[in-house]
Amino acid sequence: MVKFSRFTLDNGLRILVHEDHATPMAVVNLLYDVGSRDEHPDKTGFAHLFEHLMFGGSVNIPSYDGPSQAVGAQNNAFTSNDITNYYITLPAANLETAFWLESDRMLGLAFSEKSLDVQRNVVCEEFKQRYLNQPYGDVWLRLRPLAYQVHPYRWATIGKELSHIEQAKMDDVRAFFTKHYAPENAILVVAGDVEVDAVKELTEKWFAPIASRGKYVRKLPAEPEQREAHREVIYADVPLNSLYIAFHGPARLENAYYAMDLISDLLSRGTSSRLYRTLVKEKELFSEINAYHTGSIDGNLFVVAGKPLSNITLEAAEEAIWDELRQLKYEQVTDYELNKVKNRIESTMIFAEMAILEKAMNLAYFELLGDADGLNREVDRYFAVSAEDIQRQANQLFRKENSSTLIYIADKHAY
Amino acid sequence: MLTRTQPPPYHPISGLDLIKPQEITFSNGLKVFIFDSGEQDLVRIEWIVDHLFGREDQALLNSSICELLPEGTLTLSSAQIAELVDFHGAFLIPGVGYDQSSLTLFSLNKHLEELLPVVKDMLTNAVFSEKELATYIRNNKQKLQVSLQKNSFVARRLFNKSVFGTARYGYVPEVSDYDELTRNNLLVLFSQQYRPSNCTLVVSGKITGNVINSLDRLFGNDWVDQNGALPIEQIPNVLPTAGKLAVDVRKDAMQSAIRMGCLSVQRPHPDFPGLQVLNTVLGGYFGSRLMTNIREDKGYTYSISSGMASLKHSAFFTLGSEVGVDVTAATLGEIEREINRLRDEPVSNEELAVVRSYIMGSLLGSLENVFSHADKFKNVYFSGLGLEYYDRYTSVINTITPDEICHLANTYLDFDKMVKVVVGKI
Repeated sequence: MVKFSRFTLDNGLRILVHEDHATPMAVVNLLYDVGSRDEHPDKTGFAHLFEHLMFGGSVNIPSYDGPSQAVGAQNNAFTSNDITNYYITLPAANLETAFWLESDRMLGLAFSEKSLDVQRNVVCEEFKQRYLNQPYGDVWLRLRPLAYQVHPYRWATIGKELSHIEQAKMDDVRAFFTKHYAPENAILVVAGDVEVDAVKELTEKWFAPIASRGKYVRKLPAEPEQREAHREVIYADVPLNSLYIAFHGPARLENAYYAMDLISDLLSRGTSSRLYRTLVKEKELFSEINAYHTGSIDGNLFVVAGKPLSNITLEAAEEAIWDELRQLKYEQVTDYELNKVKNRIESTMIFAEMAILEKAMNLAYFELLGDADGLNREVDRYFAVSAEDIQRQANQLFRKENSSTLIYIADKHAY
Repeated sequence: MLTRTQPPPYHPISGLDLIKPQEITFSNGLKVFIFDSGEQDLVRIEWIVDHLFGREDQALLNSSICELLPEGTLTLSSAQIAELVDFHGAFLIPGVGYDQSSLTLFSLNKHLEELLPVVKDMLTNAVFSEKELATYIRNNKQKLQVSLQKNSFVARRLFNKSVFGTARYGYVPEVSDYDELTRNNLLVLFSQQYRPSNCTLVVSGKITGNVINSLDRLFGNDWVDQNGALPIEQIPNVLPTAGKLAVDVRKDAMQSAIRMGCLSVQRPHPDFPGLQVLNTVLGGYFGSRLMTNIREDKGYTYSISSGMASLKHSAFFTLGSEVGVDVTAATLGEIEREINRLRDEPVSNEELAVVRSYIMGSLLGSLENVFSHADKFKNVYFSGLGLEYYDRYTSVINTITPDEICHLANTYLDFDKMVKVVVGKI
C-alpha cells in the first residue's frame, strides 16, 4: 500500500506526495506527458533528444548537473514511446534544491546552440552503441514498422534513423518545449523523508508562478486491425539465427491488458515458465526464449523471441513456438498455474515498495493513467483474471493474421 | 520576489546511520549476519561461499557449480525446484564474483517454510546430472558467442587477461572451455566449497525469531561440515604489467570499445578512500572530468566512466567507454590529458566541494533500505574490515586536500603504464 496526498496548482500541475520516513532521502519525480508517439514521422527521436537538452541549462540556471551534484543529488531521466520521466534523488534536507532546479527548467530552457550540437552527437553515439553496433541491436528498429502501419509506435524512441537526429534544429526544440513542457502536461511526485505541508509550500513557491501554456491534446492515428501476417527475413552478421514473433495486444487501460500480462508470465517468467521448460529444457530446441510485451499505453505489442539451437531449423523452431501458443488457446490454464503467476505479481509489488524512487515513478505513471490510487488496486486487477479470460485473450492474440515475424539468419550459424 | 538565479541554502550531510548486524555463529561454524529492519514482510537471504582455487584457471568451474545448483538434487528435479520457487513468488538467484559465489533468495516471510528446505537441498544434495550439464554447456556456448560480438564485452576480457595474465582474475572462458566441464569435477569442487565452514549467511529484511530458528535448524544443526579442514589458500601471483596498447580490429565497427587501467591497492590500504575521491573526480560521476570533456563538451560518446575494484588478493583501476571509430584516437588523447591534468594541477576547492557532496549524498542514498545496509556491510566484511571503515572513509572524503589528491594521482595513475585495449578501429 502506497499512501499519498494529491493536489493541483492553478496552472494545472498535479502534485502527489508520499511520506516514507524509513529513508533519509527524498525523490522528486517529474513526469511529462510526452513520448516518441507525439513526434512528427519525419522528425523521430526528438522527444528523447529533447530529454538530453533538458540537462543543458535552464533560463536562470546555466547548468543543471553542477548544483545537483553539489547538494549530493543523483539525477537521471528516460524517454519511452509514451512518457518522458525525470527524477532526482537527494538527501531530504536539500529537497528545495530539486524544486529550484526542476521548476526552472519547466519555466524555460537556455536553448544553447552548443548544447544542441553536443547532444546531437551524444545521442547519435547512443544510437550506435545500443542499436547499431550490437548483434540484434536493430530488432526494434525493424519490428515496430513491421507490426504497426500507422500508429507512431511504428518508430522506436531513439528514432527511425540517425539523420533525423542530425537534422534537429533549435526552432524544433523551442516549439517542442512550448507544446509539451507546460505545467498542465506534467505530474510531480515527491516521496521519501518529506512532510506533505512542507512540500505544498515548496510547490506553491517554485511551481505556482509558472504560467499555464495550454494542455496538449493528443490526436494519434488509430492502428487498424491487422488482417494478414507480416514477415521479414534478414541476413545479418550475427552469430546465431534468431526469431521474433509480435502480436497486437490490448491497450494499457483495457481489462484484457491484465490477461495479456499474465500470459507473458505463464510463457516466460521464471524457470518454471512454459516456453523455458518445454522448448529449452525438455525438447531442447532453443538456447534462450522469452515472451514479453511493450507495456505501452496505446495498443501493445506482445513478443515471443528466441534463439534456436544450431541444429534446429527455423521452421521447426517457429512451429514449436506456435505449438505452445496454441496450447493456451485450446486448453484452459489450471488454477495452480494461474495462481503461480499471480503470486509472483503480488510479491513483485511488495518488493517494489522497498524503493522510494520506484514508488514515486509508479505513482506518477498511475496518475497519468487516470488515478494514482490505481497502483494500490493493481494486485486485485490481476487476481480477478480467470482462466477463461486467459484463454479468451490467448485466442485474441495468437492468430497468424495478427502476427509479424522477424527472422535473423546468421551469415554463418555458429556451432 | 522569488530569486531563481541563486540556489537554496545547502545542508551538508552530517553522518551515516549504519545498521549493525546481529552476529551469530551456528553450532556447525556457519557465520550468520542479521539485519532486521523494514516494514514489508519480506526477506533476502544470501548464502555466500568463498572460492577455493585448486588451479588458477578454474573460474568457469566456480560459476558453473553456482549456476547449476537449481538444476536438480537427489530429491528434487530442476523442474520441481523451479515450480516451488515460482509458485511462492520468490526469486532464487545464483551470483558469481571473482572471489565468492552466492545464492540469494528473495521471499515473502509467509513462504519461507516451504522454500528454505529447497535451498538446503540444493546446497547439500545438488547432483549436476549429465543431462542438465549438457544443456547448460550448450546454451552457455551459444550465449558466449553472442557476447563475443559485442565490442565492450571483448574489451573487458582482453583487459582482464592483459592485467592479470595467468592469475585467477585474468581468466576468461573461451567457447571451447565449456567442453572441458565434467560432472565429476563439478561434484568434487562443490563438496569442498559448499560447506558451513566456507559459507557466510547474510539475512536482511523483517527477521523474526522464527526465521532465525528455521535457519538454525536447517543450516546450523542439520548441515554437517565434512571433508576436514579447509585447504590452505594458494595466493595468486599478480605481477605489475608494462603499459601497452592492444587493438582488436573489427572492420565493420561503428564504435570502438575502449578499456584501460592498471593494478591498484585494496580497500584496507590507507590510500583507498582517497583514491575513491580521485576516481570520482576523474570518471566516477556524471560531472566527472571525463564525462564533462569527452561527452558534454566533445560529444564523442554516450558514456565514459572509471571505477575501482578491490578483490581478495588484488585490486585494479579501470576506465571504459564506447566511442565513434573516427574519434577513437582523439578520445585516447583526451583521457591521457585528463589523467595528466590530475597529476600536474591540484583540483580546485570548488570542484572538490562538489565531489565531496556528491559522494556523501550517494553514500546516504545507497542506504535506502535494509538490503542496502547489508550490502554496505558485505563490502567491508569481505575485505577483512568492519563497519568502522565507513568512519574513516567519510572522514577522508571530508578532509582530503587538493595536494593529497594530486599526490595520489602521481602515485597511482600513470597513463603510459596502463594497459589500454581498443576493440573496433583506431
